[in-house]
Amino acid sequence: MHGMRRILLSLVLLLGLPVLAQAQELIAGKSFGKAPNEIVVTFAGPVDRAVVEDPANYRVYEEQDPDIKLALESVVLADDQKTATLTFAEPLNSRLPHVVTVSRVAESGVAATFTVMKPYLGYLLSILISALLINNFVFTKYLGLCVFFGTSKRKDTAKGMGLTFTLVMVVSAIMSWFFYQFILKPYDLNFLQIVIFIGLVSLTVQAVDTVLRKVNPALFNAFGVYLVLVIANCVIIAVPLILADNEYNFFESFMLALGAGGGFLLALYLMSSVRERMELANIPPTFKGVPIAFIVAGQFALAFLGFSGLTLF
Amino acid sequence: MATDKTNLQLVVNGILNENPIFRLVLSMCPAVGISTTVMNGFMLGIAVLFVQVFSSCTISLFKNVIHPRIRIPTYTLTIATWVTVIDMVLAAYLPEAYARMGIFVKLIVAFAIITMRLEMFACKESVNASFWDGIGMGLGFMFGMMALGFVRELLGLGTVLGYDVLGFKPLLFFVLPFAGFFCVGLMMAFFNYVEIVYKRAKRA
Repeated sequence: MHGMRRILLSLVLLLGLPVLAQAQELIAGKSFGKAPNEIVVTFAGPVDRAVVEDPANYRVYEEQDPDIKLALESVVLADDQKTATLTFAEPLNSRLPHVVTVSRVAESGVAATFTVMKPYLGYLLSILISALLINNFVFTKYLGLCVFFGTSKRKDTAKGMGLTFTLVMVVSAIMSWFFYQFILKPYDLNFLQIVIFIGLVSLTVQAVDTVLRKVNPALFNAFGVYLVLVIANCVIIAVPLILADNEYNFFESFMLALGAGGGFLLALYLMSSVRERMELANIPPTFKGVPIAFIVAGQFALAFLGFSGLTLF
Repeated sequence: MATDKTNLQLVVNGILNENPIFRLVLSMCPAVGISTTVMNGFMLGIAVLFVQVFSSCTISLFKNVIHPRIRIPTYTLTIATWVTVIDMVLAAYLPEAYARMGIFVKLIVAFAIITMRLEMFACKESVNASFWDGIGMGLGFMFGMMALGFVRELLGLGTVLGYDVLGFKPLLFFVLPFAGFFCVGLMMAFFNYVEIVYKRAKRA
């Protein structure tokens, strides 16, 4: 337990470092503004209004595309002569780090270059929340429905299935990430994606099965039956494909897998709670069983649509 | 054990008695996710037909050399190979349709219907029977997807295959993504209703 905490602590430090390392003398603070097309820069001392409000003195681009200069419409300096708001022609993609260069502001005439980015932990959490709620794999991506309808009859089953799924998903996503970054990409073997990923998933399931049987027989008796169902399921194979498509790094992949698994668990639990109650309800004979389950799932999907505008970080 | 059904019976069995979508309730993800138009259903149906037929034939051909304990991984890898083939072919020759189907083409690899047919049928039967069984299952899947697409496109947009039929849009609701759940549920209930009425009429 103690070692776990130390690892977590060093993880937090590691993620926080890039933010600390960018401290500059001229620039006291920078962030994305309230509107999607704004960047707010705070200077350390009062600056020359004529120089700061001239858009020609700025060069802004996304860190990964240094050649594409973003069109700056206007710069407004607040009355305190310190805070400048940069307004762009197009909304910015605030998920990516943006590099801003300001020339002629400093007295020495040296241009100041700095990176504007969201706190990395917040970005990681936003991936988790997005996979969990906004892009829930069951209700908004329509994946894993066979297992979803098959195992959501009782709450106990739903919980067991959801936990097994999350475990297998995280392990297989991490393995797939390593394979994708260090074998498939360097050797130009991208066309083997499907074969490799499905192989890794089967391997993970087999490994979890074997390990669980030895280490924790009680848990194996409870969850073992679901493991077979996991292989033939599209949620499991969708996660590696998505993380390869989006070029996620290790932590992002981990968060995506965790969010996808948690989302599946959430969906199964919600659905099983409703279906347990439906057993007592008086349902027309034509709708009994699967048809009414589909209607209920449709209503859940409608409800999850409400998360679509959610931005937390 | 050899099947005693003729080729035609195998095909009809896949389309009607054991229809993958409405009867076996397998492969529901694409049925809900991308059955918004007839064309989408047709394209994915073609892809599934291809994978099903070729995987069935491959497994049937090698059934005597596959050790029973590794049969499931063998099935999975066989399917994955054929899915890679159709994935690359579609991406190269029909990029537009491929973009619309998105990740679902790659996900054919996890469709329960294909693995189930290999386990239940192809690993016991001759290549010829497996071929026709694969055709039947593929056509059954395609039929189910197109039926769903037909209902959703007609009610949602008033069109069939892109041609304006009704001239107005009765229920725009049906082309929205989540309406797939409602549509599948209502159609299953409809088929149940037909079955109940049919049985009652038979008894009377």
